[in-house]
Amino acid sequence: MAISVTVNGEKRTLDADPDKPMLWVLREDLNLVGTKFGCGAGLCGACTVLLDGQAVRSCQTPLGEAAGHKITTIEHVGTTPVGRKLQAAWIEHDVPQCGYCQAGQIMSAASLLMQTPKPATEEIEGAMSGNICRCACYLRIRAAIHTAAGAPAGSAKEAAA
Amino acid sequence: MNAPAAINRRSFLAASLVAGVAISFDATIAFAEEAAVLNAFIRIGPDDIVTIGSKNPEIGQGIRTMLPMLIAEELDVDWAKVRIEQLDANDKLYGPQSAGGSRSTPVNWLPMRRVGAGARAMVLTAAAQSWGVDVASLTTAKGRVLHAHSGRSAPYSAFAKAAATVPAPDLETVALKSPDTFHIIGTSVVGVDTPGITRGQPLYGIDTVLPDMLYAAIEICPVFGGSLESVDDAAVRAIKGVLAVVPVNSGVSLPAGQIDAVAIIADSWWTANKARAKLKPNWSTAAQTTHSTAGYEKAAAVILANGAPQIDLRRTGDADAALASAAHVVTAAYDYPFLAHAALEPQNCTALYKDGKLEFWAPSQSPANGRRQVAVLMDIAPEDITIHLTRIGGGFGRRLLNDYMAQAGQIAKAVPGRPVKLIYTRADDIRHDFYRPAGWHKLSCGLDKDGAIVALKDHFVTFGTGGKPVRAAEMEPSEFPGQMVPNVHYGMTTMPTFMPTGWLRAPTSNAMAFVFQSFLDEVAEAAGLDLPELMRRTLGEGRMVAGKENAPPFNTARARAIVDKVCSMAGWNPGRPAGKTGEGRGFGFYFSHAGYFAEVVDVSVVDGATIRVDRAFVAGDVGAHVINPVNALHQAQGSVIDGMAQAIAGQKIELVDGAVAQENFNDYPLLRIDSAPPTIVVEFLKSDFPPTGMGEPALPPVIPALGNAIYAATGQRLRSLPLKLAATAV
Repeated sequence: MAISVTVNGEKRTLDADPDKPMLWVLREDLNLVGTKFGCGAGLCGACTVLLDGQAVRSCQTPLGEAAGHKITTIEHVGTTPVGRKLQAAWIEHDVPQCGYCQAGQIMSAASLLMQTPKPATEEIEGAMSGNICRCACYLRIRAAIHTAAGAPAGSAKEAAA
Repeated sequence: MNAPAAINRRSFLAASLVAGVAISFDATIAFAEEAAVLNAFIRIGPDDIVTIGSKNPEIGQGIRTMLPMLIAEELDVDWAKVRIEQLDANDKLYGPQSAGGSRSTPVNWLPMRRVGAGARAMVLTAAAQSWGVDVASLTTAKGRVLHAHSGRSAPYSAFAKAAATVPAPDLETVALKSPDTFHIIGTSVVGVDTPGITRGQPLYGIDTVLPDMLYAAIEICPVFGGSLESVDDAAVRAIKGVLAVVPVNSGVSLPAGQIDAVAIIADSWWTANKARAKLKPNWSTAAQTTHSTAGYEKAAAVILANGAPQIDLRRTGDADAALASAAHVVTAAYDYPFLAHAALEPQNCTALYKDGKLEFWAPSQSPANGRRQVAVLMDIAPEDITIHLTRIGGGFGRRLLNDYMAQAGQIAKAVPGRPVKLIYTRADDIRHDFYRPAGWHKLSCGLDKDGAIVALKDHFVTFGTGGKPVRAAEMEPSEFPGQMVPNVHYGMTTMPTFMPTGWLRAPTSNAMAFVFQSFLDEVAEAAGLDLPELMRRTLGEGRMVAGKENAPPFNTARARAIVDKVCSMAGWNPGRPAGKTGEGRGFGFYFSHAGYFAEVVDVSVVDGATIRVDRAFVAGDVGAHVINPVNALHQAQGSVIDGMAQAIAGQKIELVDGAVAQENFNDYPLLRIDSAPPTIVVEFLKSDFPPTGMGEPALPPVIPALGNAIYAATGQRLRSLPLKLAATAV
């Protein structure tokens, strides 16, 4: 059964089971392996992608539910102003240790900053508490999001765009 | 490629490298601990880009950045022009390639620098010949050769081709830089993969994608030590996309000798994993299902209540007599549970079997052991096994054992010519780990009328057979403060288990620090002291005492300096706190992996039930150099939060009817961002010793520091991990 979903700005039509989670559609069918498998149960956030701009767990999002929607993954988030700032802040703070969770962390942070351009620390913790970092980079995740949010030259305007 | 000279320490040109000119070595270097042949690898391109091979598995400890820093420093090149390549597993060429025991820094500190220094010497020789000047008149800076007398200078690339034909110097005597001229070592360098990670590049083992690749899911016998009697796979084979069902055995890792499993190979992992629901394996588990952690706890209590230890670990003086005549005696029992590693990247491995040979893409912390295990199990010559190392989404010791390689190799053999990627589910990963062993301790300590420790006893109950502990379940006779006390009896009793055990970050230390530094806080209170002061008095004069087996000695002066350092950082008020106000401060010290660490933790009790860590202070001594300070900071901060997770997040692996009950992050929790403290202050004391590793030694002290802080805040002495406040807390 052919199902269409827009992934990273490109309409993709797949002949796949509508029950197949987007995580595995991305990783197996579309060769976008930046989105990570961590728990398969929506508990760790490693598989976070944007669905119409909102952070969702792709392991809990069947292809059939994503049909007709726009999916953005870590491979494409750098094309958005928020994504670019987050990537730069992540490098500035050298956030990753093993780095496996970071795609999910950045996607959750992108969703946060798109809705709340200048989050308080409590808002950061609220938005990011679904993303586990086993190496515990949490101090730098907080700092990097503040840095990305505080980036000069009209960041709030860009983030809202 | 030109053949390397028959004798050692001759350079050869690796002409097959298309990008530039290669300089490499074939030199024997006797490491302090282990003999190995080193062949490090440097390539200088015509564009002045220096490509440096990184040999060790990267698990998040920063080694892929740090080892090349050592080479680049002595090669004397500009870090901005360095590119890193991951080398394959080949310890004959590159020397030891494992990620364990915080060993990479001490083992590689000199060899990697010598590799860089040797290459620099070859470039200088070539430049001297080219310019017709004395090599001693030449200097280098940032990848350029300088001749001060004539004012000439040129980039390394101008001499690289000629340098590759120069005989290599003796790497054991090649001149190394004076540390005061270091310009890379000691500066903070961002992780070489950090930019790629932020863009989702395929760096990890689980990201391996190969032409015609298949996928495998695996059903492992849920009961440890059980075996496969038969399997009805008819319904699975009928599923579209399923290619094969393969019984596999990863063997050699369990006391019982086997880990039986059935793998399903399909054109999609999602298909293969879903098909497990229709698989009907018949496991033989009768002998093992009587085992449970509840049963172990009861058995340990009986042993501690009734018995003398099965064997002695340390017997000095007469502990019983000294206890009988002591002015004060403190007794307590401590215990800790089995723990899983729960690395975020589930266990996985990709393998290709072709023409009787195997090729792996393996996220392994110990690829050489994986090669040996696969060779034995599959009867393949070790040299017919190729292992590509991938970045690893968390190790913590889990990937020192290579069951996934053994499984992937057998799975690949079922579909020759096609690569197969085996992936565990999270439940597979948590239920088929090599667990940090649980343990039980019954302690007694005698003080004289002046508050000095005169006697110490510990009966340690662990797992093993006949007094021989299973992997990572041992206790060292040198456990602090045994060597500082005149009358000591450490004894041990083992209980049998089928549970596979293994090394978890700071193995044994993560448990022993909790037991001994918590107990010593009780002893300090009985002596009317705070723990830092008891530590100072117990450590005594600065001296070296024998440490753990095959480990560096314990330097009491370094220990004492680090105790003082953290007290100064934290503004520690001497003496014990007066009241139990719901806020408290605790101290912990531990020496492990050659690193001296003392930590102070401040906690608050929120709503009478929840422990909040407000801040932590970490003082560490890992020798004369902190090679990559930003990474060392991150390792220390991550260790503190990792230890907090063991102490207060509720981590506990339970065995029920021979199988693990936990399955995911709901029942095996990790700490999340809203529980991480706002600040973790880290400072290093530089001491005049060669640098040592940062992956582990910052972890152990935080666990007792946290427990001791909870006691200060609430008056509750929590002696069982995970720490849990009684409902009547402040």
